[in-house]
Amino acid sequence: MDALLDNLPLLRDGFLTTLRLTLVSAAVALALGTLLGACRVSPVPTLRGFGTVYVELVRNTPLTLVFFFFVFVAPQIDIKLPFETSAYVALSLYTAAFVCEAVRSGVNSVGVGQAEAARAIGLTFTQTMSQVVLPQALRSVVPPLINIFIALTKNTSVAVGFFVTELMAVGVRLANRYPADIITMLLGIAVCYLAITIPAGILAGRLERRVAFAR
Amino acid sequence: MSVRHRALVTAAALALALSACGGDDDATTDVESDAEFAAGTTMAKLADKGSITIGTKFDQPLFGLRGPSGEPEGFDVEIGKIIAAKLGIEPDKIKWVETVSANREPFIQDGKVDIVVATYTINDERKAIVDFAGPYFVAGQTILVKEDNTDINGPDDLAGKTVCSVEGSTPAANIEENYPDVELELTDAYSNCLEPLRNDQVDAITTDNVILAGFVEQNEGEFKLAGETFTEEPYGIGLKKGDTKFRNFINDVLEESYEDGSWADAWEATAGVVLDTPEPPAVDRY
Amino acid sequence: MSIVLFDEPGPQARRRTLIWSVVAGVALLALLGLAGLRLAQNGIFDAERWDIFTEDTETWEALLRRGLLATLRAAGLAAVISLVAGGLLAVARMSERRWLRLVAAVWIELFRGLPVVLMMFFAALALDFSIFRAVVFGLVLYNTAVNAEILRAGLTSLPGGQREAALAVGLTPGQALRIILLPQAVRRMLPSLVSQIVVLLKDTSLGYIVGYVELLRINRELRDFFGSKYIFSLFIVTAAMYIGVNFTLSRLAVYLERHGTTKAAGGVAPAQIIQDYSHTP
Repeated sequence: MDALLDNLPLLRDGFLTTLRLTLVSAAVALALGTLLGACRVSPVPTLRGFGTVYVELVRNTPLTLVFFFFVFVAPQIDIKLPFETSAYVALSLYTAAFVCEAVRSGVNSVGVGQAEAARAIGLTFTQTMSQVVLPQALRSVVPPLINIFIALTKNTSVAVGFFVTELMAVGVRLANRYPADIITMLLGIAVCYLAITIPAGILAGRLERRVAFAR
Repeated sequence: MSVRHRALVTAAALALALSACGGDDDATTDVESDAEFAAGTTMAKLADKGSITIGTKFDQPLFGLRGPSGEPEGFDVEIGKIIAAKLGIEPDKIKWVETVSANREPFIQDGKVDIVVATYTINDERKAIVDFAGPYFVAGQTILVKEDNTDINGPDDLAGKTVCSVEGSTPAANIEENYPDVELELTDAYSNCLEPLRNDQVDAITTDNVILAGFVEQNEGEFKLAGETFTEEPYGIGLKKGDTKFRNFINDVLEESYEDGSWADAWEATAGVVLDTPEPPAVDRY
Repeated sequence: MSIVLFDEPGPQARRRTLIWSVVAGVALLALLGLAGLRLAQNGIFDAERWDIFTEDTETWEALLRRGLLATLRAAGLAAVISLVAGGLLAVARMSERRWLRLVAAVWIELFRGLPVVLMMFFAALALDFSIFRAVVFGLVLYNTAVNAEILRAGLTSLPGGQREAALAVGLTPGQALRIILLPQAVRRMLPSLVSQIVVLLKDTSLGYIVGYVELLRINRELRDFFGSKYIFSLFIVTAAMYIGVNFTLSRLAVYLERHGTTKAAGGVAPAQIIQDYSHTP
């Protein structure tokens, strides 16, 4: 227990790094994923194809592999990124695929009549999407998005194997340094993660129930 | 690079094969056929079992490097084979386990390995947890930089720079304690540091000179050693704390190998292809 | 819904779509072409960078036997255990007894909220498990919780009549669950369960971080042995193996969804990857 308290600065830095990784990657993934989602439902076949290929590829690739690519393989093709940037890129590109699918199912859940009405008054595809469909899709998209966010928080722990000193890395380092207190150390790390994921999970559950009623 | 490396490994394999065909007693392949030990000792247990589990590195050229065959090769591997041979255990009955730096003590304590021969520096902190036979080699900490680097010539030049090393290693601990304004990037194996160095994500790699020499050799013309060694790293064979009989046995085996030339043969077949053959250090029976 | 977003295209719209299609297509091809050119310039396509694959079978053997097989071994064991345990946990979650429900609920929330890597490290460092067992441990803890939620959703989605009929013929609630409801729930949620196995398979690569010798680790070992010249080719082959296996399983899930069994009342539930109970990726 003392060992944990002595290393509070280290823990704090690790926690902040994890938070940074989560928030930045979430923002980028949200933007990218929404764009991809638009691609997948667009009338342009090439864009649809691109969206589908991207999502299928990423869904079938382990996140560890994506990290490995950006840290060790990408430099071979002249893409040289600092370690933390590689983590942002890997996490964002990976999570974007799942955001895309969430957005797509959200769009599909908006009543058909909405799109028909929008077309009936003469809106183009882009206008229909941006002014009518997406704002409504947002409601049913939020619970799955929160779950993706929770998964993202947990996925930041993969960065421990790739030169980023986030929460998990701090945990491993402390566990190695204080072999007598391993259980306490790792439990402390676990609590930090749960501090983010459990409230988010509860929030998602609540939002889901409210959305279900509003339908 | 790989062709050169494969030539290295083939040369090593050839050297071993030739030495075996030499006809005379070659300790590296000569297995004790009737090894007898006092009942209850670790040696007796291992000899009876007919197999031994040895922890070594899998990613270090010259000392412990595992290839597609699944078996590791290197000087540490050869030392392990010498010890096993004196227990009456054939080389192919040895179970090799990867012990990255941070795992060496835990694996010995948990009994996951019987001994560790993995560029394992003897120091007092570790002696509190495990016992050491040897040393069987003395290395020294130094720095690896890119071939065209001119501003790093010693540990004092590292101030403000980013240096890559391995979690749980003495070189990393040394930098942390004595050179605090160096930014340390830690990973679990030294080979992971090569790409970052190549791409200027780190400025240097620090660990023992022999490990770095292996990397210099493997990546012709890309890297060089900067400056002299600035510590002494005696490599020992880690074993369970308190097993004095086993420790004495291994020390005896080591001293024998110094005398009968098998130590030198092991060196020449592996690290000796690149580095000069040093004098074996005196074992420390503490 | 996607089809409703835009009108049946008239001649002008068709022309516009065609133009956009071509523009987008050309842009993508140009990007790919540039990337390919860059790769060729760096010599990635030179034969000598791929000779470890063409010269002998050693590299393939290492990747397949010590790599892929190890991945599949850990995944297979974890999948079986977490399926069975997930079923038990789901039953506990729906139990008549409040304390059991509570314990199960807490367990599920706990292990869905922790990173799998953390649980693997915990088993390896704190519980002194062997690396293989630590990997399976982490995978099982997480996937049991997820499977329990999948099966719970399956159970609640069954028509109420099933349970009523079971009770009417004299089965206890527990027996009703085990004999009538759970088997149907499993069949119903089969696509989701298979999708979750894909997630499990991907998570075995986390073993790389704790030191389990699986496909990605073998990739790294071969890189260390053969040199940096082969980084790219080794990676492509490794990625192809991972994606190939996962893609096949995903297709299986889709197949199961389409040609679902009739043996479950209410048919088969779609295998959405993003469900509230899976927290996905």
